[in-house]
Amino acid sequence: MHYAGAPELLKPASLKFILLTLVSGLLLNLLPWQGLALSFRPDFVALVLLFWAIREPRKLGFAAAWIAGLMMDVGDGVFLGQHAFAYTLGVYAAIVLHRRIQRFTLWQQASHVLLLLLLLQATMLIIRLFGGGIFPGPGYFLSCLTGAMLWPALSLLFLLPQRGRPDADSVYSAGHKGL
Amino acid sequence: MEHQPFFKHGPSPLARFVFFALISLVFMLLDARLNALDSLRQIISVAVAPLQRLAMTPAELLDRTGSFFVTQERLQNENAMLRQQQLAQAAQLQRMQAMQAENAHLRNILNVQRLRGESVVAAEIVYAGRDPFSQKITVDKGSNHKVQAGQPALDDIGVIGQVTRVYPFSSEITLLTDKDQAIPVEIVRNGARAIAFGHGQDGALELPFMAANADIQNGDTLVTSGIDGVYPAGLPVAVVTKIERNSAFAKITCMPSAGVNRHRQLLILIGEVRQFQKPESAPAGTGTTDGKTPVLRKKRG
Repeated sequence: MHYAGAPELLKPASLKFILLTLVSGLLLNLLPWQGLALSFRPDFVALVLLFWAIREPRKLGFAAAWIAGLMMDVGDGVFLGQHAFAYTLGVYAAIVLHRRIQRFTLWQQASHVLLLLLLLQATMLIIRLFGGGIFPGPGYFLSCLTGAMLWPALSLLFLLPQRGRPDADSVYSAGHKGL
Repeated sequence: MEHQPFFKHGPSPLARFVFFALISLVFMLLDARLNALDSLRQIISVAVAPLQRLAMTPAELLDRTGSFFVTQERLQNENAMLRQQQLAQAAQLQRMQAMQAENAHLRNILNVQRLRGESVVAAEIVYAGRDPFSQKITVDKGSNHKVQAGQPALDDIGVIGQVTRVYPFSSEITLLTDKDQAIPVEIVRNGARAIAFGHGQDGALELPFMAANADIQNGDTLVTSGIDGVYPAGLPVAVVTKIERNSAFAKITCMPSAGVNRHRQLLILIGEVRQFQKPESAPAGTGTTDGKTPVLRKKRG
């Protein structure tokens, strides 16, 4: 039961729920983060996108990632396409790896997610360096670490609605109902 | 017969990724090099703005509850202090009015172009930029309050920056300390002109292109020279803090006078942005030093 993926049979996630998580991700990203909190702030949108790309690669398309990226570009006031490019790249990597990642425990998944988040940040860094920016220091990558730490909690939370009610046939739950 | 997939899935992930990556690249090029996507940005901002507003509410609520629980003593103290300040400023204001009248008179005599109208909009900082590569803030006044790109932003001490992007209900101000921001200045002590560039992260400005033997000292105050037609002349910009004279050009570092990242309120000068006829060769920027501006000649004379 420690596997997030294999042994448990889950209901498919509803599109509404996926959309809801994506909008909440955008909201969390757009909170007025400042100073130290800002450098620790995980990229919630990236986390949500990676989660659904790994979990339901057929449901969350590239178009959603791309549009969410454009919205982040406008929200942050950066080049149009910076986040969009990074998010589509991340979603692609996650879709390619999703079968492999699903077989690991949540913490092992988190280490994969850390690498994916680093890939995203590095992509954005390269884009900005080409655009004439200066490297803002290694603290730039801190958010990947906090993002990966959040992964297990986020997975459990996002899978809740798909667990549904306990099966009526299960001896365990039937016993409880009887009491 | 060619191979038919059992399930139809549309284009492969790789094909989709390449498609979206290419559009993103084209977008970035268009946006960064040609500034061609401003209308698209406006359209997307319509969708993002409500989210931004919603994201701001918790902080605002916290702020409001905080200000609700203020002790009476603190209010009284503040009241007394403000009253004193008002008295002092009333005296200043009277002197200033007299001087303004005199100034207008002198200017009329000289038949010089008058300074731009002094209408201002008070704006509140909604949030500091989240982009670690640039020094920008977003304020709560936009094109609905006659804010235009190019207008200068000030606080009670001096210049903070310039409006660079305008949305209907908010606008983005690039701080003086941004790496791509330049402002024409002059030294109060001797009137020497220079251009101050932002330094990026450490909140400093620098004056490049000043000769190693230039007449400049630690503690010199820099004010706007007014040559660019963007910033009115005479607003405090920065104070020189460090000078290194060991190469052909001096390396001069200054700290901004205004509370570039301290205050929540600021003013935007919403007079018309004066359009200069661009010289053929020079790029359009704040750094035009054509010396044609009448304001400048009057000052030197």
